[in-house]
Amino acid sequence: MFAEIVLIAAKDLRIEWRSRVSLNQVAPFAVLILVLFGFALDADRATLSNFTPGLYWVAILLASILAVHRSVGVEAGEGAREGLLLSGLRPASVFLGKTAALIVQLLVVAIALLGGVVLLYEASIEEPALLVVSLIGAVLGVGAAGTLYGAILGGQRARETVLPILLLPVLSPVLIGATRSFGAAMGTVAADGWAWTGALFGFAALYLALGVVSHGILMEEN
Amino acid sequence: MSVIELDNVVVLLGRFPALAGATLRVDAGEAVLLQGPNGAGKSTLLRLCAGLLRPERGSATVLGIDLSTNRQSIRPRIGYVGHLSMLYDDLTVAENIRFWGRAAGVSEAQQKAAIARLQIEERLLDVPVNRLSAGQRRRTAIAVAASRRPELWLLDEPHAGLDQSGRDIVDSLITDAAAAGGAVLVASHELDRVGPVVDRRVTIAGGMARDQEDPQHVR
Repeated sequence: MFAEIVLIAAKDLRIEWRSRVSLNQVAPFAVLILVLFGFALDADRATLSNFTPGLYWVAILLASILAVHRSVGVEAGEGAREGLLLSGLRPASVFLGKTAALIVQLLVVAIALLGGVVLLYEASIEEPALLVVSLIGAVLGVGAAGTLYGAILGGQRARETVLPILLLPVLSPVLIGATRSFGAAMGTVAADGWAWTGALFGFAALYLALGVVSHGILMEEN
Repeated sequence: MSVIELDNVVVLLGRFPALAGATLRVDAGEAVLLQGPNGAGKSTLLRLCAGLLRPERGSATVLGIDLSTNRQSIRPRIGYVGHLSMLYDDLTVAENIRFWGRAAGVSEAQQKAAIARLQIEERLLDVPVNRLSAGQRRRTAIAVAASRRPELWLLDEPHAGLDQSGRDIVDSLITDAAAAGGAVLVASHELDRVGPVVDRRVTIAGGMARDQEDPQHVR
C-alpha cells in the first residue's frame, strides 16, 4: 500500500512541478491576499499585528481552495479518474497519495506566506516549535479535508463554485485552532497553543480516517 | 466459455435508461463489433462491461464475475479504451505509460513491448501528452491498455484520429487478442474497417442489444 501511496503522490507532485500551478498561481494568490489585508489595515499597525495569525490562515485557506481544485482537476480532465478505477489501485492509497501531494504543496505555500507575514506585517515568532508543529497539524487537516471534499465533488460540473461553499465551513475549525496556536506562538494572544495544536491533529486524524474509509465509495459514485 | 454474458440488463444514467434490456454474449477467442446509431448505448455497454457502471436490473457477468456484486475485481483484467485518453496532460508519454503500468502491476518489459507494439516513436516518449496530436494520444492510450495484456478488450471507436499505420495496428491487436483466446468487443461506426477483423456484429438500438437476432458472421 505504501508503494501505491508514493506512486500517486509522486505523480501529482511531478504534474505540479511541470505545470507550476502552486508556485505560479496559488502562492502568489495567497501573498496577494496578505498584501491586500496589509493595505486595508496598514494605518493601524497594532491591529495588523494582532490580526496577523488570523489573516495568515484566512489567506492559506483561500489559497488551499485553488490547490484542491487543481488536485481534483488533474484527475477530471482526460478521464484519469476512471483510469484509477480500472488500475486496481486501492482507493485508500489514492486518497492518501493525493492528500500527501496536496500537503507538500500547501506546506510550500504556507512557508512562503510565513516569510510574507514576517516581512510585510513585521510578525515576530516567539515559540518557533509551537508554530512549526501547529502549521504541520493545520496543513494535514486542510490537505485531508480538501482531498475528501474534492473527491465528493469530483464528477460535478459546478465543483469550481460549490467547492469553496462546502469546504470553507468544514475548515473553520482549522482556522480557529491554527489562529489560536499561531497567536500563542507569535505572542499576540494568551492561549494554550499546544492544546489547540492537539485539536488540529485531532481534526486531521478525523478527516484522514474519513477519507480512507469513504474514498472508494466516492470514486465509484462520482 | 463466455467472457461477457448480459441478460436483459438495464443501466440508468440518472433517470435515463441508457441500456434498456441489453442481451449479449461474447465468448473467449471471439471479436465482436458493436454497431448502432449515436446514442444507442454502445459506450454505456462498454463501460458496463468494464465495471465502470452498475447494472440496475438483469444479469451481467464479465470474466465469470457478477457485475452487480463485485465489479471492482474485473477491472485490472480489462483493456478499456474509451473516448477520453485517461492520460495526464502534463506527464510525458513514457511517464504516463510507466505510471499506469506501475499502478496495474505491469512489468517494465510489458510496458516496452506495448510501446513497440503501438510503434510509438522514441522521440515522442519524452514529449508531454498535451503536445501530442489526437492520433498520438490515442496510440499512447492503447499502449497503456495493451501493456496489461488484458483478457478482455473493450474498444470504443479505437480507430478515431489514427493514421493508416495506427489503424492497421489496432486491427492486428483485435485479431491477435481473439486468436490468443481473449475476447474483444469493439464499438465503431467504421463498419467497413472493423467488419473484416471481427467474427460477428451485434446491433444496438435504443439501449437494446440483441445479438441472437442478428447473428451476422462476417469472417
